[in-house]
Amino acid sequence: MLKAENVNAGYGDVQILWDMNMEVEEHSITALIGSNGVGKTTFIRTVAGALQPFNGKISFMGEDITHLPQTRRTRMGIMMVPEGRQLYSGLTVEDNLMMGAYIRKDREKIRRDLDWIYTVMPRLKERRKQIAGTLSGGEAQMCAISRGLMASPKLLMLDELSLGLAPVLVDDLTKILKKIHTDWDITIILVDQDVQTALEIADRGYVMVEGHVEMSDSSEKLLKNEEIRRAYMGM
Amino acid sequence: MSTVILEGKKVSKKFGALKAVWRVDFQVRQGEILGIIGPNGAGKTTLLSMINGTETLSEGEIFFKREKISGLKPFRIAEKGISRTFQVVKPFPGMTLLENVAIGALFGKDKIGNAKIAQEKTREILDRVNLGGKADVAVENLNISERKRLELARALAMDPELILMDEVMAGLNRAELDLIMELIQNLNKEGRTIVLIEHVMRAIMGVSQRIIVIHHGKKIAEGTPEEIKNNDDVISAYLGARYAKMRGRNAEG
Repeated sequence: MLKAENVNAGYGDVQILWDMNMEVEEHSITALIGSNGVGKTTFIRTVAGALQPFNGKISFMGEDITHLPQTRRTRMGIMMVPEGRQLYSGLTVEDNLMMGAYIRKDREKIRRDLDWIYTVMPRLKERRKQIAGTLSGGEAQMCAISRGLMASPKLLMLDELSLGLAPVLVDDLTKILKKIHTDWDITIILVDQDVQTALEIADRGYVMVEGHVEMSDSSEKLLKNEEIRRAYMGM
Repeated sequence: MSTVILEGKKVSKKFGALKAVWRVDFQVRQGEILGIIGPNGAGKTTLLSMINGTETLSEGEIFFKREKISGLKPFRIAEKGISRTFQVVKPFPGMTLLENVAIGALFGKDKIGNAKIAQEKTREILDRVNLGGKADVAVENLNISERKRLELARALAMDPELILMDEVMAGLNRAELDLIMELIQNLNKEGRTIVLIEHVMRAIMGVSQRIIVIHHGKKIAEGTPEEIKNNDDVISAYLGARYAKMRGRNAEG
């Protein structure tokens, strides 16, 4: 569904991605892991269209999207949930969620999607009239993921799902993510610093080192592989 | 064991209620390359800034060659023989490389009052960092690799005994990385002590004799690269607590 070929990208003349290659199958959950500064966020920003690559090719559902603007990619079904959630802190929870559906016109389906979210995450329903800036970390993360879902994306990319959250909240989010994957026609890319959590959720993992993919395998095999630690530690 | 050139005792920095660096004790030995690593936001740059005086300490003390330097202004600390490079390089705009580096030579530790001598010295330094051919080029025309090496040259102009380097390798390709690693090793061989922060793990683990690991503002480990890569607390900080735990369990089973 998603294919990145020899993508080089960065900020100004600081290059972060060096010949990045990755393939993601439809309906899969893929974990993108690696030590800090290796380019995980830069990569998903490049896929989302928030950042233009220097060169290389990105295709989505067989179509070359390398030079499409972010708005077009959003309409094609590519959605990114950024690190730090970036909610509209002055808007209510429900307004935040509805902002996610901004590009959609299928009102009935929007209503049903919102109901699904409120059923699976009753905390958001309880707080739907509450200003988003007053949410706890776990609730804010749920709200950010749900806002992404409200765009009804085909590909949902999550940047740092578990960062700064207590283990019990991470367990809740893991369950929610699995439920999303079961109930929605969706493909997920998960970036997380918690290797165990990311690989337990994902079918397949990619390990990045210095701006490119150093190794990739099924999550099960990666978790048993000491090479991950070597990739992180550089020796 | 060689003598301690730099020592920090309970070095702390609070930004409001946030303990960016908390009661970190450290020692840097004369002539060594010491690496500081840690996840984003661990407090590495803040620690470096407290050593060279660009940040004040909330608590604790820092000594350079047994003399207390915490509390001194950055230029005083620089005069004593500590230079640093910055992660975001900001050369003086509108000036050539030569002029940028000469400022350090003219006003630094040695205070070379003579512009001609300062210029000669500056050319030598630019040669050392492979920028000799660009001495009269405006700094705006440099690429990232050259800007990083100019940053090193500016630090060297003070003829420092101790150089603090903040991410001099970020954004470089393999060849440029090898060039700067060789440069760091050469500076070390001529007797300069080096403390460096780096995210490029292959590089820092390869070049450092000892490593200190900072996480959430605290020192969680210290040792040789070999010791650090097998340290459970470090693995936990980098790969997550659950991964470290499961790994330990697998190893036992």
